[in-house]
Amino acid sequence: MSAVMVDVHGVHKSFGALEVLRGVDLEVRAGEVTVILGPSGSGKSTLLRTINHLEKVNAGWISIDGELVGYRRSGDKLHELKEKDVLKQRTNIGFVFQNFNLFPHLTVLENLVEAPVSALRRPRNEAEDTARRLLERVGLADKAAAYPRQLSGGQQQRVAIARALALEPKVLLFDEPTSALDPELVGEVLDVIKDLASTGTTMIVVTHEIGFAREVADTVVFMDDGVVVEQGPPAAVLDAPQHERTRAFLSKVL
Amino acid sequence: MSSDTITEPATRAVEDPAELKIVPTRHYARWAAGAAVVVLVAQFVHGLATNPVWEWNVFRDYVFSETIVQAVWVTLQLTAYATVLGFLLGTVIAFMRLSRSPVLSTVAWTYIWIFRSIPMIVQLVFWFNLSALYEELGLGIPFGPVFVSVDSNTLIGTIGAAVIGLTLHQAAYAAEIVRGGVLAVDHGQLEAAAALGIPRLRQIRRIVLPQAMRAILPTAGNEIIGLLKGTSVVYVMSIGELFYQVQVIYGRNGRVVPLLLVATAWYVVLTSLLSVAQYYVERRYARGADRTPPPTPLQRARRFVTKEST
Ligand SMILES: Nc1ncnc2c1ncn2[C@@H]1O[C@H](COP(=O)(O)OP(=O)(O)O)[C@@H](O)[C@H]1O
Ligand SMILES: [Mg+2]
Repeated sequence: MSAVMVDVHGVHKSFGALEVLRGVDLEVRAGEVTVILGPSGSGKSTLLRTINHLEKVNAGWISIDGELVGYRRSGDKLHELKEKDVLKQRTNIGFVFQNFNLFPHLTVLENLVEAPVSALRRPRNEAEDTARRLLERVGLADKAAAYPRQLSGGQQQRVAIARALALEPKVLLFDEPTSALDPELVGEVLDVIKDLASTGTTMIVVTHEIGFAREVADTVVFMDDGVVVEQGPPAAVLDAPQHERTRAFLSKVL
Repeated sequence: MSSDTITEPATRAVEDPAELKIVPTRHYARWAAGAAVVVLVAQFVHGLATNPVWEWNVFRDYVFSETIVQAVWVTLQLTAYATVLGFLLGTVIAFMRLSRSPVLSTVAWTYIWIFRSIPMIVQLVFWFNLSALYEELGLGIPFGPVFVSVDSNTLIGTIGAAVIGLTLHQAAYAAEIVRGGVLAVDHGQLEAAAALGIPRLRQIRRIVLPQAMRAILPTAGNEIIGLLKGTSVVYVMSIGELFYQVQVIYGRNGRVVPLLLVATAWYVVLTSLLSVAQYYVERRYARGADRTPPPTPLQRARRFVTKEST
Protein backbone atom coordinates (compact mmCIF):
# COMPACT_ATOMS: atom_id res chain seq x y z
CA MET A 1 0.00 0.00 0.00
CA SER A 2 1.31 3.43 -0.94
CA ALA A 3 2.26 6.07 1.62
CA VAL A 4 -0.17 8.57 3.11
CA MET A 5 0.05 11.78 1.08
CA VAL A 6 -2.58 13.89 2.83
CA ASP A 7 -3.25 13.38 6.52
CA VAL A 8 -6.03 15.38 8.16
CA HIS A 9 -6.08 14.81 11.88
CA GLY A 10 -8.82 15.95 14.29
CA VAL A 11 -9.41 19.25 12.49
CA HIS A 12 -11.79 21.75 14.08
CA LYS A 13 -12.67 25.06 12.48
CA SER A 14 -15.08 27.76 13.65
CA PHE A 15 -16.22 31.01 12.14
CA GLY A 16 -17.13 33.02 15.21
CA ALA A 17 -19.65 30.97 17.15
CA LEU A 18 -20.36 28.68 14.18
CA GLU A 19 -18.36 25.44 14.32
CA VAL A 20 -18.03 24.36 10.70
CA LEU A 21 -15.58 21.46 11.07
CA ARG A 22 -16.09 19.40 14.20
CA GLY A 23 -13.21 16.96 14.28
CA VAL A 24 -12.44 15.74 10.77
CA ASP A 25 -10.04 12.86 10.12
CA LEU A 26 -9.05 11.93 6.60
CA GLU A 27 -6.21 10.00 4.98
CA VAL A 28 -5.44 10.11 1.29
CA ARG A 29 -2.80 7.78 -0.09
CA ALA A 30 -0.40 8.75 -2.87
CA GLY A 31 -1.90 8.21 -6.32
CA GLU A 32 -5.43 7.82 -5.02
CA VAL A 33 -8.56 9.81 -5.79
CA THR A 34 -10.83 10.76 -2.91
CA VAL A 35 -14.26 12.19 -3.70
CA ILE A 36 -16.05 14.16 -0.99
CA LEU A 37 -19.83 14.24 -1.10
CA GLY A 38 -22.21 16.04 1.21
CA PRO A 39 -25.03 18.52 1.41
CA SER A 40 -24.40 22.22 0.90
CA GLY A 41 -23.04 23.88 4.03
CA SER A 42 -21.61 20.65 5.44
CA GLY A 43 -18.07 22.09 5.45
CA LYS A 44 -16.58 20.53 2.29
CA SER A 45 -15.11 23.77 0.94
CA THR A 46 -13.85 24.76 4.37
CA LEU A 47 -12.07 21.40 4.70
CA LEU A 48 -10.35 21.82 1.31
CA ARG A 49 -9.36 25.37 2.21
CA THR A 50 -7.79 24.26 5.49
CA ILE A 51 -5.73 21.67 3.58
CA ASN A 52 -3.89 24.40 1.66
CA HIS A 53 -4.06 26.77 4.64
CA LEU A 54 -6.36 29.34 3.02
CA GLU A 55 -8.16 28.89 6.35
CA LYS A 56 -6.36 28.34 9.65
CA VAL A 57 -7.58 25.50 11.84
CA ASN A 58 -8.63 25.99 15.47
CA ALA A 59 -7.49 22.52 16.52
CA GLY A 60 -5.92 19.47 14.93
CA TRP A 61 -3.34 19.40 12.15
CA ILE A 62 -2.85 18.58 8.50
CA SER A 63 0.23 17.19 6.79
CA ILE A 64 1.14 16.75 3.15
CA ASP A 65 3.74 14.09 2.39
CA GLY A 66 4.72 14.08 6.05
CA GLU A 67 5.16 17.87 6.30
CA LEU A 68 2.85 19.89 8.55
CA VAL A 69 0.85 22.53 6.67
CA GLY A 70 1.08 26.06 8.09
CA TYR A 71 2.99 25.07 11.24
CA ARG A 72 6.40 23.95 12.42
CA ARG A 73 6.56 21.52 15.28
CA SER A 74 9.10 21.77 18.07
CA GLY A 75 8.51 19.54 21.07
CA ASP A 76 4.81 19.62 21.84
CA LYS A 77 4.28 23.09 20.38
CA LEU A 78 3.12 24.10 16.93
CA HIS A 79 4.63 27.38 15.71
CA GLU A 80 2.77 29.24 13.00
CA LEU A 81 4.81 29.58 9.81
CA LYS A 82 5.50 32.97 8.21
CA GLU A 83 3.36 33.83 5.22
CA LYS A 84 6.39 33.42 2.97
CA ASP A 85 6.82 29.80 4.07
CA VAL A 86 3.11 29.06 3.79
CA LEU A 87 3.20 30.35 0.20
CA LYS A 88 6.14 28.04 -0.48
CA GLN A 89 4.16 25.06 0.90
CA ARG A 90 1.17 25.91 -1.28
CA THR A 91 3.19 25.25 -4.41
CA ASN A 92 2.89 21.58 -3.41
CA ILE A 93 -0.89 21.79 -3.24
CA GLY A 94 -2.82 22.58 -6.42
CA PHE A 95 -6.25 24.14 -5.94
CA VAL A 96 -9.00 24.34 -8.56
CA PHE A 97 -11.85 26.70 -7.72
CA GLN A 98 -15.52 26.40 -8.53
CA ASN A 99 -15.47 29.67 -10.49
CA PHE A 100 -12.02 29.16 -12.05
CA ASN A 101 -10.44 32.41 -10.76
CA LEU A 102 -8.21 32.73 -13.80
CA PHE A 103 -6.37 36.05 -14.05
CA PRO A 104 -8.45 37.85 -16.68
CA HIS A 105 -5.81 40.42 -17.63
CA LEU A 106 -3.23 37.76 -18.48
CA THR A 107 -3.26 35.45 -21.48
CA VAL A 108 -3.80 31.74 -20.97
CA LEU A 109 -0.05 31.11 -21.31
CA GLU A 110 0.79 33.91 -18.83
CA ASN A 111 -1.72 32.43 -16.38
CA LEU A 112 0.19 29.14 -16.49
CA VAL A 113 3.67 30.67 -16.37
CA GLU A 114 3.14 33.18 -13.55
CA ALA A 115 3.41 30.93 -10.49
CA PRO A 116 6.27 28.67 -11.68
CA VAL A 117 8.33 31.78 -12.51
CA SER A 118 7.53 33.87 -9.44
CA ALA A 119 7.06 31.20 -6.77
CA LEU A 120 9.46 28.47 -7.94
CA ARG A 121 11.93 30.78 -9.77
CA ARG A 122 11.81 28.62 -12.90
CA PRO A 123 13.39 30.15 -16.01
CA ARG A 124 10.64 31.68 -18.15
CA ASN A 125 11.30 29.72 -21.34
CA GLU A 126 11.32 26.47 -19.41
CA ALA A 127 8.03 27.40 -17.74
CA GLU A 128 6.55 28.26 -21.12
CA ASP A 129 7.51 24.90 -22.57
CA THR A 130 5.87 23.14 -19.62
CA ALA A 131 2.80 25.38 -20.00
CA ARG A 132 2.41 24.52 -23.67
CA ARG A 133 2.73 20.81 -22.91
CA LEU A 134 0.03 21.11 -20.24
CA LEU A 135 -2.27 23.05 -22.55
CA GLU A 136 -1.90 20.28 -25.08
CA ARG A 137 -2.76 17.77 -22.39
CA VAL A 138 -6.04 19.55 -21.57
CA GLY A 139 -6.78 20.00 -25.28
CA LEU A 140 -6.22 23.75 -25.49
CA ALA A 141 -2.90 24.03 -27.32
CA ASP A 142 -4.40 26.60 -29.70
CA LYS A 143 -5.61 28.91 -26.92
CA ALA A 144 -2.23 29.92 -25.46
CA ALA A 145 -2.56 33.53 -26.64
CA ALA A 146 -6.26 33.93 -25.80
CA TYR A 147 -7.55 35.83 -22.76
CA PRO A 148 -9.67 33.80 -20.29
CA ARG A 149 -12.88 35.71 -21.06
CA GLN A 150 -12.57 34.67 -24.69
CA LEU A 151 -13.01 31.02 -23.64
CA SER A 152 -16.06 28.97 -22.71
CA GLY A 153 -16.57 28.00 -19.06
CA GLY A 154 -15.37 24.46 -19.71
CA GLN A 155 -12.24 25.72 -21.45
CA GLN A 156 -11.55 28.15 -18.60
CA GLN A 157 -11.76 25.37 -16.04
CA ARG A 158 -9.39 23.23 -18.11
CA VAL A 159 -6.94 26.15 -18.16
CA ALA A 160 -7.33 26.44 -14.37
CA ILE A 161 -6.47 22.76 -14.00
CA ALA A 162 -3.42 23.18 -16.24
CA ARG A 163 -2.41 26.24 -14.16
CA ALA A 164 -2.54 24.16 -10.97
CA LEU A 165 -0.55 21.35 -12.64
CA ALA A 166 2.16 23.78 -13.78
CA LEU A 167 3.58 23.76 -10.25
CA GLU A 168 3.81 19.95 -10.31
CA PRO A 169 1.98 19.73 -6.98
CA LYS A 170 1.96 16.63 -4.81
CA VAL A 171 -1.82 16.77 -4.50
CA LEU A 172 -4.63 18.48 -6.41
CA LEU A 173 -7.72 19.79 -4.63
CA PHE A 174 -10.92 20.44 -6.61
CA ASP A 175 -13.80 22.40 -5.10
CA GLU A 176 -16.90 21.62 -7.16
CA PRO A 177 -14.99 22.09 -10.43
CA THR A 178 -18.07 21.62 -12.62
CA SER A 179 -20.76 23.37 -10.58
CA ALA A 180 -20.45 26.68 -12.44
CA LEU A 181 -20.65 25.04 -15.87
CA ASP A 182 -23.48 24.55 -18.34
CA PRO A 183 -24.48 20.86 -18.35
CA GLU A 184 -23.01 20.16 -21.79
CA LEU A 185 -19.59 21.46 -20.65
CA VAL A 186 -19.33 19.28 -17.53
CA GLY A 187 -18.11 16.22 -19.49
CA GLU A 188 -15.00 17.85 -20.97
CA VAL A 189 -13.77 18.93 -17.51
CA LEU A 190 -14.49 15.56 -15.90
CA ASP A 191 -12.63 13.88 -18.76
CA VAL A 192 -9.51 15.89 -17.94
CA ILE A 193 -9.78 14.93 -14.26
CA LYS A 194 -10.29 11.26 -15.18
CA ASP A 195 -7.18 11.42 -17.36
CA LEU A 196 -5.21 12.80 -14.39
CA ALA A 197 -6.58 10.02 -12.17
CA SER A 198 -5.43 7.38 -14.63
CA THR A 199 -1.87 8.74 -14.50
CA GLY A 200 -1.69 8.48 -10.72
CA THR A 201 -2.20 12.08 -9.61
CA THR A 202 -3.25 12.32 -5.95
CA MET A 203 -6.55 14.19 -5.85
CA ILE A 204 -9.33 15.25 -3.50
CA VAL A 205 -12.45 16.19 -5.42
CA VAL A 206 -15.54 17.80 -3.93
CA THR A 207 -18.37 17.23 -6.37
CA HIS A 208 -22.04 16.38 -6.76
CA GLU A 209 -21.35 14.17 -9.80
CA ILE A 210 -22.19 10.72 -8.37
CA GLY A 211 -21.44 8.96 -11.68
CA PHE A 212 -17.96 10.45 -11.68
CA ALA A 213 -17.41 9.36 -8.08
CA ARG A 214 -18.43 5.82 -8.89
CA GLU A 215 -16.14 5.64 -11.91
CA VAL A 216 -13.01 7.41 -10.66
CA ALA A 217 -12.89 7.46 -6.87
CA ASP A 218 -10.78 5.06 -4.84
CA THR A 219 -12.48 6.37 -1.72
CA VAL A 220 -15.77 8.18 -1.31
CA VAL A 221 -16.19 10.34 1.78
CA PHE A 222 -19.60 11.49 2.92
CA MET A 223 -19.60 14.64 5.07
CA ASP A 224 -22.48 16.19 6.94
CA ASP A 225 -22.63 18.94 9.51
CA GLY A 226 -18.85 19.26 9.87
CA VAL A 227 -17.99 15.59 10.37
CA VAL A 228 -17.12 12.64 8.15
CA VAL A 229 -20.20 10.42 8.44
CA GLU A 230 -18.80 7.49 6.51
CA GLN A 231 -16.13 6.64 4.01
CA GLY A 232 -15.06 3.69 1.92
CA PRO A 233 -14.86 2.36 -1.63
CA PRO A 234 -17.55 3.79 -3.96
CA ALA A 235 -19.42 0.49 -4.12
CA ALA A 236 -19.79 0.44 -0.33
CA VAL A 237 -20.69 4.08 0.30
CA LEU A 238 -22.82 4.68 -2.80
CA ASP A 239 -24.61 1.35 -3.12
CA ALA A 240 -24.77 0.13 0.47
CA PRO A 241 -24.57 3.16 2.75
CA GLN A 242 -24.47 2.34 6.44
CA HIS A 243 -25.85 5.61 7.76
CA GLU A 244 -29.30 7.10 7.51
CA ARG A 245 -27.90 10.55 6.64
CA THR A 246 -25.91 9.13 3.71
CA ARG A 247 -28.98 7.30 2.43
CA ALA A 248 -31.10 10.47 2.71
CA PHE A 249 -28.51 12.51 0.81
CA LEU A 250 -28.01 9.93 -1.94
CA SER A 251 -31.74 9.53 -2.47
CA LYS A 252 -31.89 13.25 -3.20
CA VAL A 253 -28.99 13.49 -5.65
CA LEU A 254 -29.30 10.17 -7.50
CA MET B 1 -44.13 31.55 -51.56
CA SER B 2 -47.20 29.84 -53.02
CA SER B 3 -50.16 31.87 -54.23
CA ASP B 4 -52.78 30.05 -52.19
CA THR B 5 -51.39 31.04 -48.78
CA ILE B 6 -53.49 33.51 -46.86
CA THR B 7 -52.11 36.99 -47.43
CA GLU B 8 -52.83 39.97 -45.25
CA PRO B 9 -54.22 42.94 -47.15
CA ALA B 10 -51.51 45.34 -45.98
CA THR B 11 -48.64 43.23 -47.28
CA ARG B 12 -50.28 41.92 -50.41
CA ALA B 13 -48.38 44.17 -52.79
CA VAL B 14 -44.93 43.01 -51.66
CA GLU B 15 -43.69 39.53 -52.61
CA ASP B 16 -40.43 39.31 -50.67
CA PRO B 17 -40.33 40.75 -47.15
CA ALA B 18 -36.69 41.71 -47.74
CA GLU B 19 -37.91 44.33 -50.20
CA LEU B 20 -39.88 46.17 -47.53
CA LYS B 21 -38.41 49.62 -47.21
CA ILE B 22 -37.74 51.16 -43.80
CA VAL B 23 -38.54 54.84 -43.46
CA PRO B 24 -36.70 56.31 -40.47
CA THR B 25 -38.51 58.81 -38.23
CA ARG B 26 -37.76 62.42 -39.12
CA HIS B 27 -36.57 64.40 -36.08
CA TYR B 28 -37.67 67.91 -37.09
CA ALA B 29 -37.30 69.38 -33.58
CA ARG B 30 -33.81 67.94 -33.23
CA TRP B 31 -32.79 69.47 -36.56
CA ALA B 32 -34.17 72.88 -35.58
CA ALA B 33 -32.39 72.85 -32.22
CA GLY B 34 -29.17 71.75 -33.94
CA ALA B 35 -29.38 74.59 -36.45
CA ALA B 36 -30.00 77.17 -33.71
CA VAL B 37 -26.98 75.98 -31.74
CA VAL B 38 -24.76 76.05 -34.85
CA VAL B 39 -25.76 79.68 -35.48
CA LEU B 40 -24.99 80.65 -31.85
CA VAL B 41 -21.62 78.90 -31.89
CA ALA B 42 -20.73 80.55 -35.22
CA GLN B 43 -21.59 83.95 -33.78
CA PHE B 44 -19.47 83.30 -30.72
CA VAL B 45 -16.46 82.17 -32.74
CA HIS B 46 -16.86 85.13 -35.07
CA GLY B 47 -16.90 87.47 -32.08
CA LEU B 48 -13.86 85.77 -30.59
CA ALA B 49 -11.95 86.16 -33.84
CA THR B 50 -12.93 89.71 -34.77
CA ASN B 51 -13.67 91.60 -31.53
CA PRO B 52 -10.61 93.76 -30.76
CA VAL B 53 -10.84 93.30 -26.96
CA TRP B 54 -9.20 89.88 -27.32
CA GLU B 55 -6.09 91.47 -28.84
CA TRP B 56 -5.02 88.39 -30.75
CA ASN B 57 -1.83 90.12 -31.87
CA VAL B 58 -0.68 90.30 -28.22
CA PHE B 59 -1.67 86.65 -27.79
CA ARG B 60 0.49 85.78 -30.81
CA ASP B 61 3.47 87.70 -29.45
CA TYR B 62 3.42 85.93 -26.12
CA VAL B 63 2.06 82.42 -26.61
CA PHE B 64 5.42 80.98 -27.73
CA SER B 65 7.64 83.53 -26.03
CA GLU B 66 10.58 82.18 -24.11
CA THR B 67 9.20 83.22 -20.71
CA ILE B 68 5.89 81.50 -21.32
CA VAL B 69 7.38 78.31 -22.75
CA GLN B 70 9.73 78.20 -19.78
CA ALA B 71 6.74 78.66 -17.44
CA VAL B 72 4.82 75.87 -19.19
CA TRP B 73 7.82 73.63 -18.60
CA VAL B 74 7.77 74.47 -14.87
CA THR B 75 4.04 73.70 -14.74
CA LEU B 76 4.63 70.36 -16.45
CA GLN B 77 7.46 69.47 -14.09
CA LEU B 78 5.39 70.30 -11.01
CA THR B 79 2.53 68.20 -12.37
CA ALA B 80 4.78 65.28 -13.27
CA TYR B 81 6.59 65.20 -9.94
CA ALA B 82 3.44 65.58 -7.87
CA THR B 83 1.64 62.93 -9.96
CA VAL B 84 4.37 60.32 -9.78
CA LEU B 85 5.33 60.93 -6.15
CA GLY B 86 1.72 61.50 -5.07
CA PHE B 87 0.50 58.23 -6.58
CA LEU B 88 3.51 56.28 -5.30
CA LEU B 89 2.94 57.54 -1.77
CA GLY B 90 -0.82 57.20 -2.23
CA THR B 91 -0.46 53.54 -3.24
CA VAL B 92 1.63 52.81 -0.15
CA ILE B 93 -0.94 54.57 2.05
CA ALA B 94 -3.79 52.71 0.35
CA PHE B 95 -2.21 49.34 1.14
CA MET B 96 -1.43 50.47 4.70
CA ARG B 97 -5.09 51.38 5.05
CA LEU B 98 -6.09 47.94 3.72
CA SER B 99 -3.56 46.07 5.84
CA ARG B 100 -4.55 43.86 8.73
CA SER B 101 -2.24 45.76 11.08
CA PRO B 102 -4.35 48.20 13.13
CA VAL B 103 -1.32 50.49 13.55
CA LEU B 104 -0.70 50.81 9.83
CA SER B 105 -4.33 51.28 8.94
CA THR B 106 -4.87 53.89 11.66
CA VAL B 107 -1.80 55.85 10.55
CA ALA B 108 -3.03 55.72 6.95
CA TRP B 109 -6.52 56.78 7.94
CA THR B 110 -5.14 59.70 9.94
CA TYR B 111 -2.90 60.82 7.09
CA ILE B 112 -5.83 60.86 4.68
CA TRP B 113 -8.02 62.64 7.20
CA ILE B 114 -5.46 65.39 7.87
CA PHE B 115 -4.30 66.06 4.33
CA ARG B 116 -7.81 66.10 2.92
CA SER B 117 -8.79 68.58 5.60
CA ILE B 118 -6.09 71.16 4.91
CA PRO B 119 -6.65 73.40 1.88
CA MET B 120 -3.76 72.93 -0.55
CA ILE B 121 -2.89 76.62 -0.53
CA VAL B 122 -2.60 76.64 3.26
CA GLN B 123 -0.30 73.65 3.11
CA LEU B 124 1.88 75.21 0.42
CA VAL B 125 2.36 78.42 2.38
CA PHE B 126 3.11 76.28 5.40
CA TRP B 127 5.89 74.38 3.61
CA PHE B 128 7.18 77.61 2.16
CA ASN B 129 7.59 78.93 5.70
CA LEU B 130 8.98 75.68 7.03
CA SER B 131 12.27 77.26 7.99
CA ALA B 132 10.40 79.38 10.51
CA LEU B 133 9.49 76.18 12.33
CA TYR B 134 12.49 73.93 11.82
CA GLU B 135 15.55 75.96 10.99
CA GLU B 136 17.70 72.91 10.64
CA LEU B 137 16.86 69.41 9.54
CA GLY B 138 19.16 66.83 11.03
CA LEU B 139 20.05 63.20 10.49
CA GLY B 140 20.67 61.11 13.56
CA ILE B 141 19.24 58.75 16.15
CA PRO B 142 15.60 59.49 17.03
CA PHE B 143 15.52 61.60 20.22
CA GLY B 144 19.33 61.16 20.32
CA PRO B 145 22.39 62.88 18.89
CA VAL B 146 22.27 64.51 15.45
CA PHE B 147 25.08 63.69 13.00
CA VAL B 148 24.41 65.84 9.96
CA SER B 149 22.21 68.87 9.70
CA VAL B 150 21.29 71.32 6.96
CA ASP B 151 19.41 74.55 6.75
CA SER B 152 15.90 73.46 5.79
CA ASN B 153 15.30 76.22 3.26
CA THR B 154 18.43 75.45 1.26
CA LEU B 155 17.66 71.74 1.33
CA ILE B 156 14.08 72.07 0.21
CA GLY B 157 14.10 75.20 -1.93
CA THR B 158 10.98 76.87 -3.21
CA ILE B 159 10.27 74.36 -5.97
CA GLY B 160 10.98 71.53 -3.58
CA ALA B 161 8.51 72.97 -1.08
CA ALA B 162 5.90 73.20 -3.82
CA VAL B 163 6.52 69.59 -4.91
CA ILE B 164 6.30 68.38 -1.31
CA GLY B 165 3.07 70.28 -0.73
CA LEU B 166 1.45 69.10 -3.95
CA THR B 167 2.64 65.53 -3.37
CA LEU B 168 1.37 65.24 0.19
CA HIS B 169 -1.97 66.70 -0.82
CA GLN B 170 -2.21 64.49 -3.90
CA ALA B 171 -1.19 61.35 -2.01
CA ALA B 172 -4.21 61.62 0.30
CA TYR B 173 -6.59 61.63 -2.67
CA ALA B 174 -4.56 59.06 -4.63
CA ALA B 175 -4.67 56.71 -1.63
CA GLU B 176 -8.46 56.67 -1.68
CA ILE B 177 -8.58 56.21 -5.45
CA VAL B 178 -6.14 53.30 -5.32
CA ARG B 179 -7.97 51.76 -2.37
CA GLY B 180 -11.24 51.98 -4.29
CA GLY B 181 -9.62 50.26 -7.26
CA VAL B 182 -8.18 47.48 -5.12
CA LEU B 183 -11.53 46.87 -3.44
CA ALA B 184 -13.13 46.56 -6.87
CA VAL B 185 -10.93 43.54 -7.71
CA ASP B 186 -12.69 40.22 -7.12
CA HIS B 187 -11.49 38.61 -3.88
CA GLY B 188 -11.11 35.30 -5.71
CA GLN B 189 -8.15 36.76 -7.59
CA LEU B 190 -6.09 37.18 -4.43
CA GLU B 191 -7.18 33.78 -3.25
CA ALA B 192 -6.09 32.13 -6.49
CA ALA B 193 -2.76 33.96 -6.32
CA ALA B 194 -2.26 32.87 -2.72
CA ALA B 195 -3.23 29.28 -3.56
CA LEU B 196 -0.57 29.28 -6.29
CA GLY B 197 2.06 30.43 -3.78
CA ILE B 198 2.80 33.67 -5.66
CA PRO B 199 4.86 35.93 -3.34
CA ARG B 200 2.88 38.66 -1.59
CA LEU B 201 4.39 41.71 -3.30
CA ARG B 202 4.12 40.02 -6.66
CA GLN B 203 0.43 39.28 -5.97
CA ILE B 204 -0.13 42.99 -5.55
CA ARG B 205 2.00 44.17 -8.45
CA ARG B 206 1.12 41.54 -11.02
CA ILE B 207 -2.40 40.40 -10.13
CA VAL B 208 -4.22 43.07 -8.08
CA LEU B 209 -2.92 46.43 -9.29
CA PRO B 210 -3.28 45.81 -13.05
CA GLN B 211 -6.92 44.85 -12.50
CA ALA B 212 -7.48 47.71 -10.06
CA MET B 213 -6.22 50.08 -12.76
CA ARG B 214 -9.51 49.67 -14.61
CA ALA B 215 -11.30 51.39 -11.73
CA ILE B 216 -8.40 53.70 -10.83
CA LEU B 217 -7.69 55.28 -14.21
CA PRO B 218 -10.83 57.32 -14.91
CA THR B 219 -10.67 58.99 -11.49
CA ALA B 220 -6.89 59.27 -11.58
CA GLY B 221 -7.20 61.02 -14.96
CA ASN B 222 -9.49 63.56 -13.35
CA GLU B 223 -7.03 64.02 -10.50
CA ILE B 224 -4.02 64.56 -12.74
CA ILE B 225 -5.85 67.10 -14.88
CA GLY B 226 -7.03 68.80 -11.68
CA LEU B 227 -3.44 68.81 -10.47
CA LEU B 228 -2.17 70.33 -13.74
CA LYS B 229 -4.52 73.26 -13.27
CA GLY B 230 -4.09 73.15 -9.49
CA THR B 231 -0.36 73.87 -9.86
CA SER B 232 -1.45 77.43 -10.59
CA VAL B 233 -1.96 77.98 -6.85
CA VAL B 234 1.81 77.80 -6.31
CA TYR B 235 1.88 81.34 -7.72
CA VAL B 236 1.51 82.31 -4.04
CA MET B 237 5.08 81.06 -3.61
CA SER B 238 6.33 83.18 -6.52
CA ILE B 239 7.31 80.12 -8.55
CA GLY B 240 7.58 80.88 -12.25
CA GLU B 241 4.89 78.51 -13.44
CA LEU B 242 2.42 79.44 -16.15
CA PHE B 243 -0.17 81.40 -14.20
CA TYR B 244 2.45 83.28 -12.17
CA GLN B 245 4.38 84.40 -15.27
CA VAL B 246 1.22 85.48 -17.04
CA GLN B 247 0.33 87.63 -14.03
CA VAL B 248 3.83 89.12 -13.96
CA ILE B 249 3.60 90.04 -17.63
CA TYR B 250 0.16 91.60 -17.50
CA GLY B 251 1.13 93.37 -14.30
CA ARG B 252 3.80 95.06 -16.39
CA ASN B 253 1.96 95.76 -19.63
CA GLY B 254 -1.69 95.78 -18.57
CA ARG B 255 -2.82 93.40 -21.34
CA VAL B 256 -4.85 91.23 -19.01
CA VAL B 257 -7.27 89.54 -21.40
CA PRO B 258 -4.90 88.30 -24.11
CA LEU B 259 -2.44 87.03 -21.53
CA LEU B 260 -5.14 85.12 -19.69
CA LEU B 261 -5.97 83.67 -23.10
CA VAL B 262 -2.35 82.56 -23.45
CA ALA B 263 -2.58 80.69 -20.15
CA THR B 264 -5.99 79.26 -21.08
CA ALA B 265 -4.74 78.03 -24.44
CA TRP B 266 -1.81 76.22 -22.84
CA TYR B 267 -3.95 74.64 -20.13
CA VAL B 268 -6.42 73.45 -22.78
CA VAL B 269 -3.67 71.99 -24.95
CA LEU B 270 -1.99 70.21 -22.02
CA THR B 271 -5.29 68.87 -20.70
CA SER B 272 -6.18 67.56 -24.16
CA LEU B 273 -2.85 65.76 -24.43
CA LEU B 274 -3.44 64.20 -21.01
CA SER B 275 -6.93 63.10 -22.06
CA VAL B 276 -5.58 61.39 -25.16
CA ALA B 277 -2.88 59.70 -23.11
CA GLN B 278 -5.52 58.58 -20.61
CA TYR B 279 -7.58 57.02 -23.38
CA TYR B 280 -4.70 54.84 -24.54
CA VAL B 281 -3.56 53.91 -21.04
CA GLU B 282 -7.12 52.84 -20.22
CA ARG B 283 -7.17 50.72 -23.37
CA ARG B 284 -3.92 49.10 -22.35
CA TYR B 285 -5.37 48.04 -18.99
CA ALA B 286 -8.65 46.88 -20.54
CA ARG B 287 -6.84 43.94 -22.15
CA GLY B 288 -8.73 40.75 -21.49
CA ALA B 289 -11.72 42.61 -20.03
CA ASP B 290 -13.88 42.18 -23.14
CA ARG B 291 -14.14 39.32 -25.58
CA THR B 292 -13.32 41.67 -28.47
CA PRO B 293 -11.60 44.96 -27.61
CA PRO B 294 -13.27 48.06 -29.12
CA PRO B 295 -11.34 49.71 -31.99
CA THR B 296 -9.31 52.88 -31.34
CA PRO B 297 -10.64 56.12 -32.86
CA LEU B 298 -7.89 55.83 -35.48
CA GLN B 299 -8.88 52.27 -36.38
CA ARG B 300 -12.50 53.31 -36.47
CA ALA B 301 -11.72 56.24 -38.78
CA ARG B 302 -9.64 54.03 -41.06
CA ARG B 303 -12.40 51.43 -41.22
CA PHE B 304 -14.93 54.16 -41.96
CA VAL B 305 -12.80 55.52 -44.81
CA THR B 306 -12.06 52.13 -46.37
CA LYS B 307 -15.69 51.09 -46.16
CA GLU B 308 -16.75 54.33 -47.82
CA SER B 309 -14.24 53.95 -50.67
CA THR B 310 -15.11 50.35 -51.56
N1 LIG C 1 -15.52 32.87 5.89
C1 LIG C 1 -16.65 32.42 6.51
N2 LIG C 1 -17.22 33.13 7.51
C2 LIG C 1 -18.32 32.69 8.13
N3 LIG C 1 -18.96 31.54 7.83
C3 LIG C 1 -18.46 30.79 6.83
C4 LIG C 1 -17.28 31.18 6.12
N4 LIG C 1 -17.00 30.25 5.18
C5 LIG C 1 -17.96 29.30 5.32
N5 LIG C 1 -18.83 29.62 6.30
C6 LIG C 1 -19.98 28.79 6.75
O1 LIG C 1 -19.49 27.51 7.00
C7 LIG C 1 -20.43 26.54 6.63
C8 LIG C 1 -19.78 25.54 5.71
O2 LIG C 1 -19.45 26.16 4.51
P1 LIG C 1 -18.74 25.42 3.32
O3 LIG C 1 -17.49 24.82 3.81
O4 LIG C 1 -18.63 26.38 2.20
O5 LIG C 1 -19.77 24.27 2.96
P2 LIG C 1 -19.92 23.40 1.64
O6 LIG C 1 -18.74 23.67 0.77
O7 LIG C 1 -20.00 22.01 2.12
O8 LIG C 1 -21.19 23.82 0.99
C9 LIG C 1 -21.60 27.27 6.01
O9 LIG C 1 -22.61 27.40 6.97
C10 LIG C 1 -21.01 28.63 5.68
O10 LIG C 1 -22.00 29.62 5.77
MG1 LIG D 1 -18.59 24.48 -1.14
